[in-house]
Amino acid sequence: MQTGRVDFTDIQNPKIQVRDLNFFYGSFQAVKSVSLNVADKKVTAFIGPSGCGKSTLLRTFNRMYALYPQQRVEGSILFNGQNILDRKRDVNLLRAKVGMVFQKPTPFPMSIFDNVAFGVKLYEDLDHTALAERVQWALEKAALWKEVRDKLKQGGGSLSGGQQQRLCIARAIAVQPEVLLLDEPTSALDPIATARIEELISELNKELTIVIVTHNMQQAARISNFTAFMYMGELIEFNETARLFTNPEVRLTQDYITGHFG
Amino acid sequence: MVKHSQSVSRSAIEATDETFFNGRLQLERTAKGQLLDRLFRGLTRFFAVFVLLILVAMIAALLAGSMPSIRRFGFHFFVDASWNPVTNQFGALVPIVGTVVTSLIALLIAVPVSFGIAIFLTELSPRSLRGPLGTAIELLAAIPSIIYGMWGLFVFAPFFAAHIQPWVIEHLGSWPLVGFLFQGAPMGIGVFTAAFILAIMVIPFVTAVMRDVFEIVPPLLKESAYGLGSTTWEVASSIVLPYTRVGVMGGVILGLGRALGETMAVTFVIGNAHELSSSLFMPGNTISSSLANEFTEAVGELYTSSLVELGLVLFVITFVVLALAKVLILRMRRRAGVQA
Amino acid sequence: MRASQRYFHRRVVNVIGLVASCAAMIFGLFFLGAILFTLLKNGLPALKMAVFTEMTPPPGSAGGLLNAIVGSLMMSGLATLIGTPIGILAGTYLAEFGSGSPLASTVRFINGILLSAPSVVIGFFIYTLVVIKMGHFSGFAGALALATIIIPVVVNSTENMLKLVPNTLREAAAALGAPQWKITWYVTYRAASAGIMTGILLAVARISGETAPLLFTALNNQFFSADLGRPLANLPVVIFQFAMSPYEDWQHLAWAGALLITFAVLILNIVARFILRRTSTSG
Repeated sequence: MQTGRVDFTDIQNPKIQVRDLNFFYGSFQAVKSVSLNVADKKVTAFIGPSGCGKSTLLRTFNRMYALYPQQRVEGSILFNGQNILDRKRDVNLLRAKVGMVFQKPTPFPMSIFDNVAFGVKLYEDLDHTALAERVQWALEKAALWKEVRDKLKQGGGSLSGGQQQRLCIARAIAVQPEVLLLDEPTSALDPIATARIEELISELNKELTIVIVTHNMQQAARISNFTAFMYMGELIEFNETARLFTNPEVRLTQDYITGHFG
Repeated sequence: MVKHSQSVSRSAIEATDETFFNGRLQLERTAKGQLLDRLFRGLTRFFAVFVLLILVAMIAALLAGSMPSIRRFGFHFFVDASWNPVTNQFGALVPIVGTVVTSLIALLIAVPVSFGIAIFLTELSPRSLRGPLGTAIELLAAIPSIIYGMWGLFVFAPFFAAHIQPWVIEHLGSWPLVGFLFQGAPMGIGVFTAAFILAIMVIPFVTAVMRDVFEIVPPLLKESAYGLGSTTWEVASSIVLPYTRVGVMGGVILGLGRALGETMAVTFVIGNAHELSSSLFMPGNTISSSLANEFTEAVGELYTSSLVELGLVLFVITFVVLALAKVLILRMRRRAGVQA
Repeated sequence: MRASQRYFHRRVVNVIGLVASCAAMIFGLFFLGAILFTLLKNGLPALKMAVFTEMTPPPGSAGGLLNAIVGSLMMSGLATLIGTPIGILAGTYLAEFGSGSPLASTVRFINGILLSAPSVVIGFFIYTLVVIKMGHFSGFAGALALATIIIPVVVNSTENMLKLVPNTLREAAAALGAPQWKITWYVTYRAASAGIMTGILLAVARISGETAPLLFTALNNQFFSADLGRPLANLPVVIFQFAMSPYEDWQHLAWAGALLITFAVLILNIVARFILRRTSTSG
C-alpha cells in the first residue's frame, strides 16, 4: 500500500502544522502519526469513513480532548508557530482564537443576543453599544441577522435547526477567531439549510482559516481547497481538493471516493 | 506537489513570529479565570467532603453520647429486656426485637403488593394511565409520616379492633403453632398495626425500585418469550423477575432500611410498651418510637445515654442495610449498562 | 387433550396473576384515597380563620396554629437557605469535576445512605452537637437538623440533573474559551435549572412534614416567638402533641394542621413534577 502521507511544505504560510500526532482514548489509538499543514485563510476538509479519526484530529486543534482525563495526545501542533499541546499553554486563550461548531446545534439556554455575546464578554470589555454592534456584525456574517433582528431577546432554542446552527457559527465568529473548526456542521440539517451553511463557509473563508470534518464527499469537493483522506487513524492522502478527487495517488483514496467502500 | 518527506519545515515556524498572547486584558482575564476555576473547583470539592464529614460527625456524636451506657452495660445491653428508669437498668432487647419484627412483617405485606403494582405499571396498564397511576403511588411516599400515624391511630386502629381483630382472634388464635401470634384483647393498636402502617409507607419505595429495574429488561428478551407463546404472567414471573432479581432484592432491602428507621407513624400506633409479648396484637416498642417518646423526658446521664446508644444501634443497623441495598441496586444498573 | 388442559391451566394462572396485580394497584390507591379522605373529613371543619390568626391554646380551650405555622416557615426557610447551596455545590463536584474519582464514588455512596437515614437519628445528632452545647432547645437547632436532611436530597438531584445536560453544550462553551467555572455557572446550571429547582422543591416537601428530628431540637413553644435562639413552635410537633392528647379542641387543631401540611407537601410535589415535565417536553 502506497501512502500519500506527506509533509505539506508546499503550503505557503501554514496556519497550523501538525507533526507526528498520535491520539489515544485510554489504550485505543485513534490517530496514528499524522503530519499535515493547514493553509492560512483556506478551507481544509477531513474526509474518511466513520471512526477513521477525522473528528478526533480536529478536536486536538483546540485541545477539546483536555476535558476528558482518559484522552491523551502525543506529538506537536504548531499554531502561529507555537506548540499548543504544551501543557503550560493556556487552553482557554487558545480556544478564544480557534472557534468550533459542532455536529448538532448547541444553543446555550439563554437569549439569542446573550448566546452571541457570551464569548465576546469573556475576553473583551465592550460597552453596551459596542457589544450590540459586535453581535449584529456576527449575526450578519452568519447570514442570520435579518431573521432574528426582531427577536434577539428570545431563547436560542426557539429557532429552527438550520438557524440554530448559524447562531452557533455567529457565536463562534463573534470572538473574531483566527481559525474555525467545523465538526460535520451540516449532518443534522436538511439540504436547504446545508446549502446556506456552505455558502456561509465560502464567505467566511476570505478572513478565516477553516477546517471542516465531513462525511459528505461532495461537500468536501464543493467547498474546500485542500482535502485530507483518513482511514483507520492514518492520514492516507492529503492534497489540493481538485487533485485528490480527480487524480488520487493512493489506491485506497480512489476506492473511497468512487464509493467502493465506507 | 506531493513530497514524501518527514522533516519539519523550519522556515514555516520562523515565518510566523506573531506572539501567541496578544493583549493585556486577555492575559488578565486568563489569570483571573484560572484562579476562579481553582476556587470554584475547590469549593465544590470542600462541600463534597463536607457530606462525608456529616456522616463521620454523626457516628462520633452518637458514640460519644452513648459512652456512659456502653461502659456500664457493655454487651449485656443487647440481650437485656428490662428498661427501668427507676433502678437505672436499661436493656435494648425489647426495642431491637420490636424494630426487627415490625419491619419484617411490613416487608411480608409490602413486597408482594409492590411487585403487583410494578408489574401492573410496566406490563399491564394502558400507556395513558401509567403516568398518573405511577404518580399516585409516588405521592404515597410524599405524605408525611405523622399523617400516617394519625390515620393509623384514629381510623385504621378502631376499624381493625371492631371488625377484623375479633374474628382473627377467635378463629386463628386457637390454631396450633401460630395461634399464639393472634391472642389477646382486640385493642386496635399494637405490633401488627404498626407493621401494617409501615407496609403502606414502604410500598412506594419498593415499587419505585422494582419499576426502574423492570424497565431495563431488554424488550427483545420479553418479545422472545411472548414469541414462544408465553402468557403475560409467565413473562413477568419467569423472565422479568429472574432477570432483575438482584435489583428487586436491592429494592426490598431499601424498603427494609426505610421501615427500620421510621419513627412517627410507629410511635402513634404501636402502644409503646417495654415488654416482649408473643402476640402480634399486643403493644410493643421499636427503637425509634422509644426515642421519640422518652428522650425529652429522660433524666439522668445513664437514661439519656442509653437512649443515645439505642439511636446508635438503629443507625448502625440501617447503615448496613442501606449499604447492602445500594450495592445490589448499583450492581443491577451496571449489568444493565454493560448489556445495553 | 393433555396439551389443551395444560394450556387452560396456564391461562388460569395468568388470569389469577394479573387480577392479583390489579388488586395490588387498587390496594395502593385505596390507602392514598382513604388517607386523603380522612384528612379532608376531619381537617376541613377544623380549618377556621382562627387557625391562622390565633396562638396554640392551653388544654381545653379554642385557639389557632399561628405560632406553629410561623415557626415552621422560619425553620424550613433557614434550613433551605443553609442546605441548598451546600447540596448544589457537592452535587456539582460529583457531576462536573470528580466523576470517576475515588472521592466522588465514596461521597455518592455515603450520600445515598444519608438520603434514607432515619431522621430521628439526625435529630439526635444535632441534639448532641448543638442543643447540649447551647444548653437549651432552639429553632436554630431545628433548622440545622432539617438542613442535614435537605443536603443529601439536593446533592442527589443536582448530580442527576447536571448529568442530563448534554456534553456538547459544555464543549461548545469551552470552545469559546470559557473557564470551567463560567461553563458551569452560566451554561450548565442554566440548562439544568428546572431539574435543580425540582430537587429543591422536593427537598422542602420532604422536610415540611418531618417531626422526629424537631422533637429533640426545636421542641415546641406555646407562645408566639420569632426568636431562632429559643425553643420554637412548629406544626409537626404541635400536631404530634395535640393528636396524642385527650382534649378535643387540641385534636381538632391537630387535624387542621395535618391537612395544611399534607396539602403543602402534595402541592410542592405536584409543582415540582410539573416544572420538570414542562421543561423536558419543551427542550
